[in-house]
Amino acid sequence: MNDSFTLVEWILRDPDAGFLPKFVGVALVWAAGITGWISFVGLLSIWLERKISAHIQCRLGPMEVGPHGALQTVADGVKLLAKEDIIPRDADRFLFALAPIIAFAGTVVGFAVVPFGPDLVVADLDIGIYFLSAVGSLEAVGIVAAGWASNNKWSLFGAVRAATQVVSYEIPLGLALVTIAVLAGSLSLQDIVREQHGWLTNWFLFRNPFVWIAFVVFFIASLAECKRAPFDLPEAESELVSGFHTEYTGMRFAIFFLAEYAQMYVVSAVAAVLFLGGWYTGIAPLDDAIAGSGLLRNLVGFGVIATKAFLLICVQMWLRWTLPRIRLDQMMYLCLKVLLPVGMVVLFLSSLWEGLFPSPAMYRDGAPTGAVSVPGVVFAVLLLGGGAAWVRGVVKKTPSFRPASQS
Amino acid sequence: MTPPESLAPASQGDVRSEEMLLNMGPQHPSTHGVFRVVIRTDGEIVVDCEPHVGYLHRCFEKHCENVTFLQSVLYTDRLDYLTSMGNNLGFSIAVEKLFDGLVVPERAQYIRIICAELNRIASHLLAIGTYGMDIGAITPFLYTFRDREKILAIFEAMSGQRLNYNYIRPGGVAYDVDDRMVESIKAFCKYFRPRAQEYNDLLSDNDIFVRRTANVGVLPADLAIQYGCTGPVLRGSGVKRDLRKDAPYSIYDRFQFEVPVGTGRKGTLGDCYDRYMVRVDEMIESLKIVEQAVAQLPDGPIKADAIKNRIRPPKGEVFARVENSRGELGFYVISDGKETAYRVKCRAPSFHNISMLSEISRGAMIADMVAIIGSTDIVMGEVDR
Repeated sequence: MNDSFTLVEWILRDPDAGFLPKFVGVALVWAAGITGWISFVGLLSIWLERKISAHIQCRLGPMEVGPHGALQTVADGVKLLAKEDIIPRDADRFLFALAPIIAFAGTVVGFAVVPFGPDLVVADLDIGIYFLSAVGSLEAVGIVAAGWASNNKWSLFGAVRAATQVVSYEIPLGLALVTIAVLAGSLSLQDIVREQHGWLTNWFLFRNPFVWIAFVVFFIASLAECKRAPFDLPEAESELVSGFHTEYTGMRFAIFFLAEYAQMYVVSAVAAVLFLGGWYTGIAPLDDAIAGSGLLRNLVGFGVIATKAFLLICVQMWLRWTLPRIRLDQMMYLCLKVLLPVGMVVLFLSSLWEGLFPSPAMYRDGAPTGAVSVPGVVFAVLLLGGGAAWVRGVVKKTPSFRPASQS
Repeated sequence: MTPPESLAPASQGDVRSEEMLLNMGPQHPSTHGVFRVVIRTDGEIVVDCEPHVGYLHRCFEKHCENVTFLQSVLYTDRLDYLTSMGNNLGFSIAVEKLFDGLVVPERAQYIRIICAELNRIASHLLAIGTYGMDIGAITPFLYTFRDREKILAIFEAMSGQRLNYNYIRPGGVAYDVDDRMVESIKAFCKYFRPRAQEYNDLLSDNDIFVRRTANVGVLPADLAIQYGCTGPVLRGSGVKRDLRKDAPYSIYDRFQFEVPVGTGRKGTLGDCYDRYMVRVDEMIESLKIVEQAVAQLPDGPIKADAIKNRIRPPKGEVFARVENSRGELGFYVISDGKETAYRVKCRAPSFHNISMLSEISRGAMIADMVAIIGSTDIVMGEVDR
């Protein structure tokens, strides 16, 4: 795969360039691309969050700037740029200034291994999953630094909560990652996606009866990693004022904000890669048809993976605007006494299943095998059918879903 | 106050934890106004806390000694600004008691009840919504406000104001209601009845919400009585006391309604969840009263003839109390026969309800502090007067 096509070489058009220009070119192209993509993700998800929350709450949300308020976030960004940069008098000035950068950088590093398309990845590391879980909690360092440097008790509480939470939820998150690594037989995220080639029944979510539990564990743990409700304890507006970023204003605050949304995208994209077939559309003939053209397969792959990630982000928002916040001790209970044992058992059972009924390789020697996972078909039907029945039941018994004439 | 032994700072071997003094308020998102609690914490656990009130003191009682009785009604609006109708009613009843044999016309009595009960619903809607927000659920707040807005629209049509109505006055009410207003009240009753179930689906039955509020901030009945707690805070502890039933004023004895009390349905009797659920249930009971009152609304005058624009009540001392949405609101009025009162003393329920805060919050976590303060549903305008 490494010698076929990469975005950078496509741009540079010169495979014989020296090491240094190539290296600098690669770095620059990716740095610019990822920064731009993060900004776009930030803008889009903030707008989405506002609109989704507004429609959940019988409101319209921003409507004035741009069509349906699409440019409201840009206007707010300009406002934040122009705001006064306040550093509290008794704050640790150096650490206070450094903290948002650490938090943001910790998030951006995760983008290094998250695939954007079949060949669009900064570094296809053999230890991609390890790398992810290693840098996943880097953001917490920035948050702890922010809370400590602010010299504010509420910020300190937020920082300590963030550290507790992020470090604890690394464990169930890691267990879910390992479950997939066992199934895929690889730690590289690219390889993991290729193992899901074919119809959507080949996605890891459906491979055996236990992976969907790992998906739930992963999703809950990733909510906690992103500090999203119901795990927004580090910010906890009604308790800790604004938690770790209470004292931050202007762009420094905006960088924390951006880091949070970038983190949401990273975990959602990783969930899409691990469980939902990554860049594959789930329709085998379509994937095979576009596989020949490097540009086409990357463009479609990019769109597919972004769509899947944004769908998961929307679920995160939906949860945020529905659920109350859990308490610190309940957060720890959920992590250590529920998710951890469940993750362990799922890892064991899933590995056992894979040992008893090994699934065929979907991708071998750089080419898809076209194999179909039989249990995948069964469990896809069961899971999707069960999900549809559940949604139907909820819609039926909730009065708000009934026609408006009855109210 | 010394903390119980079990809550003393933990010392294990070389690890020693220190207590921290945390100042919550007067500007804090969850203190519902300018309320300040100084919390001594051991990590996230509250070792002790001390409420500080008085940031919103406006000399209500002194004002009443300097303005006429009718002008004083205006100041009562601003006591518990979420239940202005109830405050108006309490003060008006006190002033009417000063007159011997003053008869408030039937129609005015019914309009008063309708207003007071609608206002109770509006107040409880706000309490429930902001309580969800304290716990971290932002959406129920918008839903309750959507419905509260409909009540405010009715009040606006009746009194011209959305808040601080100055509508119920000694001797009757300020303006008459016409058929269109009556229709809008009936329409609201019909609209609102199924909504309470929606709040339960969204918030009351939410597992996280139950876990955050059940068994938190347990207020035993004897403690509640000792501290003079009234209203939903007292009833949440299982004490069935409601002035509308126990000492009926105005025409409350004509209506059929229940007094909901806490039963410990998700946890311990008298926990935050019980106090919350009492409010949810009371809204339905208030709705029953409104429905009955609207159905029986008679024709006739809306103001007693004895009450003119300037009133001079005879000499005397009276105490009148009403069941407001937050508890027993009492007015002690001394008149020396002049246009202004000689002395007015207001017994504000929120002040007594919040006084037990440090008793029930020891050993809770900081997040529980927010839940406890929210469940007492204080209004600082009333606490500080």
